[in-house]
Amino acid sequence: MFRQMIREFADKEVKPLAAEIDEQERFPMETVKKMAELGIFGIPLPTEYGGAGGDNIMYSIAVEELSRVCGTTGVVVSAHTSLCLAPIFEHGTEEQKRKYLPKLASGEWLGAFGLTEPNAGTDASAQQTTAVLEGDEWVLNGNKIFITNAGYAHVYVVFAMTDKSKGVKGISAFIVEADTPGFSVGKKELKLGIRGSATAELIFDNCRIPKDNLLGKLGGGFGIAMKTLDGGRVGIASQALGIAQGAMDETVRYTKERKQFGKSLSAFQNTQFQMADLQTKVEASRLLVRSAAFKKDMGQPYSADAAMAKLFAAETAMEVTTKAVQFHGGYGYTREYPVERMMRDAKITEIYEGTSEVQRMVIAGKLFK
Amino acid sequence: MKIVVCIKQVPDTTEIKINPVTGTLIREGVPSIMNPDDKGGLEMALRLKDKYGAEVTVITMGPPQADLVLREALAMGADKAILLTDRKFAGADTLATSNALAGAIRTLKWDLIIAGRQAIDGDTAQVGPQIAEHLDVPQISYVADLEWDNNRFVVKKETEEGYQRLAVAGPCLLTVLASGCKARYMNVRGIVEAYQKPVEIWGADRIEVDEEKLGLKGSPTRVAKAFTKGLKQAGEVFEVDAEEAVGIIISKLKEKFII
Amino acid sequence: MLVKKDYTGVYVFAEQREGVIQSVALELIGKARELADVLEEKVVAIFVGKDITNQCQTLIEHGADDVICVDRPELEFYLTEQYAQVVDQVVKAFRPSILLFGATTIGRDLAPRLSARLETGLTADCTKLEISETRELMMTRPAFGGNLMATIMCTEHRPQMSTVRPGVMQKMAADPNRKGTVIPFEPKFDTARFKVELLENVKEDKGMVDIAEAKILVSGGRGVGNQEGFDRLRDLADVLGAEVSSSRAMVDAGIIGHDRQVGQTGKTVRPDLYLALGISGAIQHLAGMEESDFIVAVNKDKFAPIFQVADLGIVGDVNKIVPLLTERLKGMLK
Repeated sequence: MFRQMIREFADKEVKPLAAEIDEQERFPMETVKKMAELGIFGIPLPTEYGGAGGDNIMYSIAVEELSRVCGTTGVVVSAHTSLCLAPIFEHGTEEQKRKYLPKLASGEWLGAFGLTEPNAGTDASAQQTTAVLEGDEWVLNGNKIFITNAGYAHVYVVFAMTDKSKGVKGISAFIVEADTPGFSVGKKELKLGIRGSATAELIFDNCRIPKDNLLGKLGGGFGIAMKTLDGGRVGIASQALGIAQGAMDETVRYTKERKQFGKSLSAFQNTQFQMADLQTKVEASRLLVRSAAFKKDMGQPYSADAAMAKLFAAETAMEVTTKAVQFHGGYGYTREYPVERMMRDAKITEIYEGTSEVQRMVIAGKLFK
Repeated sequence: MKIVVCIKQVPDTTEIKINPVTGTLIREGVPSIMNPDDKGGLEMALRLKDKYGAEVTVITMGPPQADLVLREALAMGADKAILLTDRKFAGADTLATSNALAGAIRTLKWDLIIAGRQAIDGDTAQVGPQIAEHLDVPQISYVADLEWDNNRFVVKKETEEGYQRLAVAGPCLLTVLASGCKARYMNVRGIVEAYQKPVEIWGADRIEVDEEKLGLKGSPTRVAKAFTKGLKQAGEVFEVDAEEAVGIIISKLKEKFII
Repeated sequence: MLVKKDYTGVYVFAEQREGVIQSVALELIGKARELADVLEEKVVAIFVGKDITNQCQTLIEHGADDVICVDRPELEFYLTEQYAQVVDQVVKAFRPSILLFGATTIGRDLAPRLSARLETGLTADCTKLEISETRELMMTRPAFGGNLMATIMCTEHRPQMSTVRPGVMQKMAADPNRKGTVIPFEPKFDTARFKVELLENVKEDKGMVDIAEAKILVSGGRGVGNQEGFDRLRDLADVLGAEVSSSRAMVDAGIIGHDRQVGQTGKTVRPDLYLALGISGAIQHLAGMEESDFIVAVNKDKFAPIFQVADLGIVGDVNKIVPLLTERLKGMLK
């Protein structure tokens, strides 16, 4: 019933806009409002904080179904839920939870996450943004780049060095609201895919936030970042899974319709075998994703599971969408059909929230520990 | 205000296809949905609830699987759900169905009953007015819009030539068109809670009606036979570009002296 | 215990609106005439309204033997309870064997109310009515969305009631010399039950011919997409002198009114040309249009069921083909 509801919403409200927001590189604010009404922005959050009281499996299904028709819409929800709502819920004080979670869950406020810097990508420990305590305020200085939902989010979970001498143990997490003086959003990136999503720079220029906006322990930021990204990977794996399934659905339809040499493409054994292999990989991704979500729900360690899910789902999405374009031939290369967009959207899933190489590092780390 | 909404789980008849060889219906894999007019009716009830506060009870008669359509109604915002299921209800025509539903509604407290105009599997539009008659309350059918004004329901009823505005005080029954109001989606939290709320399951012994009026026994009409219409021979189908397609259409229309 | 011989005659609820006899009333009288001739019984019209007595002869000319005329000021506009009381009293006084209604917003409101009051069966939207060898009424109607036909009988209850859609039966040519009897009937109203108040009766000049009467229909479905797509259909219809109609999807989406819907839940149409544009052809839609003389279907999905009933099928994008077709026809038909 839950999948049916999200699918119906996705088909009726999200799909018709997918090509347009991609073409215009426009953030789908109208869709965000509709999703807010449905309670999509607080799926795994308990009802006492205004959430839907669902779990990570439902959250994963929602991101998958949205991404099946529009990768942009999937990542808006994923970045908000996994990267902002989750860390505040998991590491916030009771006051922070009461203040931020209900408005985040209702969709009144959108959330974002600021970790990556020009010189701290995969090596997140090389943070150059600093936070200095002055009286009752933290003063933040520095830049964050490639921030999803930037400019549209109200709440940012941001990481900064509070004690450089301690290395990764000197990184702390903070909650920054968009209307804080000294905070601004810089230039918007022009991207290959997920072009409707807002990706921009965050600029902190003597940005003063209350002392109480420290999230978690002083120096505990790196741990929070890593833990948050574990959850984020479930979201991105779900997004990749959705993109892959969407491309499969389009290709099944097209190959049934399209005739060459007097018969449908789907009647050729080459088509059938290739498609069978691809759907098997999609289904394997689905199981990996759900397994990681289930372990998170059960409170079990799931870091390597999330990494495997994201690695496999992202690479599958890239393979499926590339082949989907191939099946569509010349038409697939045009914007008349959605598969070229799906191929462009799929690429990012191999990169953000830890590249495929980082996922392999995480998995190997577990293997050889 | 207490509102009872009658809903039905129906096969999505738009998904039913015809086997081109045998001419029979392909029923496998056809999803079950909440009947569209009933969903419009539920939406109207929920709008009254949003605006004035109301307790909305949904009721359906059907097999145990019809539980799903009630959960969907709960997830949209209904407060209570009742499933009438009993072998004694089986084989009911519209009159026996209306007797069962009326028998159940008799045991409830209510001010307004809303039913869909008709179900897409039967298309009879009979059960709503029949329930109203059994319960001896006024009915208005083909309702496209509903307001609550001065303790009366003021409704817009669609007619062939336009519309009528009619007023009626509760208790009464309205049958509603799906096009009257676009139904809301289920809410995520509603879905989670729908599985925590109980669906009451009632048998024939739980309702106030003479058992003779239920099921096959209570049905004055019988299906004497059912058959499929033969398919007509399909015409030619062309898969060509737009320019050529237009040419083909025009030459065919000329050939048939239509233009 | 039901004594069937106590119930005779084929009765028709002869619907009028503001004093105008509806075409469906005459169609039903035509059908009733055929049934009554087989049974060797009378055709009786139940004619209810205000200031209508002078029109009883029209019903007789079209085949009624008797007209039970209920002419009262309270009956100017149709209201369920008022009309139900009248017909209930007529049925109890005259005991018809068969009672037919038009499947209109009036007939489909009144007939079920009465069937519950009279505790008898009712079969909706019949497309065929026949008398069996045992002198029972066999009522055939589409079921399950339209492809399945079911013949329904009501052997242990009287009257045998059914509704029939407008346009399905044929009316008889009027015979000005036909003679019949007009029977005035005085109902006893239980006014305590009159609870619905008519505030306003609005006629919307929809500015369009009833689609059931149109010679050419330009009909759009889900594939047309949005309002803009539908406007393009109107352009095409203008060029062809046609009317626009649609499938259920467009009506549910609020793009077009219910009076334009073709199909089982809408209207049955039989134009000379039916252009099915972006309509996949769900069977309830097919049920409403497959009798059209010539059907042209345009749809993206070559497996769409509409192609099974189309005389000419085009696999393609309606939103490309329609403007082009409009353009070409404009040039030709000038």
